[in-house]
Amino acid sequence: MAARVVPERIRKTFPSTIFASLIFSLLLCASSLVFAQESPYIVTYDHYLEEPGSLEVEYFSTFGTQRGGNDFHGFWAEFEYGVTAWWTTELYVSGQTTFNDSTIFTGDRWENRFRLLQREHIVNPVLYIEFENTNGADKILKEVEGHDVESDYAESNAVLRKEHDHELEMKLLLSSTFKGWNVALNPIATKNLLPSEPWEFAYAIGASRPLALKASPNRCNFCPENFIAGVEMYGGLGDAQSFGLHDTSHYLAPVVAWNLPSDWTLRFSSGFGLNDNSHRLLLRWGLSREFSGFGEMVGRLFGGRP
Amino acid sequence: MKRTFAWFRPLRRIALATAGVVVLGISIIGTARTAAQQEENGVDNNRKSMYAAMTEAPEKARERKNPLQGDTHAVAAGGKLFEQHCSDCHGRKAGGTRKGPSLLREEVQQATPGALFWVLTNGVVRRGMPVWSKLPEPERWQIVTFLQSLKLQSQSMNAEPRAPVQQIP
Repeated sequence: MAARVVPERIRKTFPSTIFASLIFSLLLCASSLVFAQESPYIVTYDHYLEEPGSLEVEYFSTFGTQRGGNDFHGFWAEFEYGVTAWWTTELYVSGQTTFNDSTIFTGDRWENRFRLLQREHIVNPVLYIEFENTNGADKILKEVEGHDVESDYAESNAVLRKEHDHELEMKLLLSSTFKGWNVALNPIATKNLLPSEPWEFAYAIGASRPLALKASPNRCNFCPENFIAGVEMYGGLGDAQSFGLHDTSHYLAPVVAWNLPSDWTLRFSSGFGLNDNSHRLLLRWGLSREFSGFGEMVGRLFGGRP
Repeated sequence: MKRTFAWFRPLRRIALATAGVVVLGISIIGTARTAAQQEENGVDNNRKSMYAAMTEAPEKARERKNPLQGDTHAVAAGGKLFEQHCSDCHGRKAGGTRKGPSLLREEVQQATPGALFWVLTNGVVRRGMPVWSKLPEPERWQIVTFLQSLKLQSQSMNAEPRAPVQQIP
């Protein structure tokens, strides 16, 4: 019996492991590396964009519990490029493994963020526009929108993947940093491109702070300034036909980021469902690395000056 | 169960992937070529306006005092932060690169600590320098302290300064 269980486990986790390994090995030698100072948020966005010419490669996992179905592991990769100091563009690809079911590719997303003001203000707005091409089996729960509830995810992958969604998602990222604290609020509006589908609404809010506000003179892995801790809360707000909190799900998630001097950033988050419509636990982690000068490197390939 | 447009389904993945790759490629190549062209054109309209940003700091911001002035730990910590966040564009010795101007120039070295802090906080977004308010305020002052120490170093050593970054023990 045990001999059958082990290969099954390996088979289920193999695609996501390969997925992550490929992404990093492709880019590991491509560009110079810079120390990243990443926020700990996984769902919420602050107003800081990618540095111009830099590419950030990120891998994230979400383990979710599922009542009335099988637990799942959603995973996605993000390729985030700083086009200018006021425009960041990003491609996502995602997949998921539902335990005792299957592993499938669930879609792709293209996201753009535009800084609206040149200088820093008390509240800094950034416009976020994303096009999603996903299927119904998408379980990364990067956004919890409209009337999304836990029971939506209980069906088998074979059933869920038949549903195809082409959605336009818009967010206004409002973020403020004061005395080391960052507070971010993201109102979200999503429209399925089918005319019959209503606008859906959601929110994400977060607060975070580094464990120390001054840098130490030495390079160190465990200096408190390398850790940023915080909390985020996110959930649905219904849709245009039934706006409000009924039949919606909400999560509260402590988050922490560890910015390593070796240029890696690790993030952890444990999201707890706040009502009966929510998954009880969404355990997330992410790994990212920033590659500076990526744009220049690609430009040289096409005749730019070395 | 939501439905999709029947005519859209067969080509959607290919079309989206192609569009994404094309847009990303154009933006990457575009920014890289722009940077190269700026270099070829003798650069320095861009750099002049980077230096001009110093003068755009409001008077109240320019007059702010550096709370870490003369703190040797702040110089070392600022050097570390400079290497981590700034050297990619401004060079390891702050002498400038194709992406960012020299910080050893008079315009920077004569600037008040408050003006340097203001530029660091607000960036020069239209010219490609991002905002650095994501670094806590004391860390930004540490960088300012380091930048100011470059002038003293170059005066006393009559040579290009090095960032006083300590190695990992």
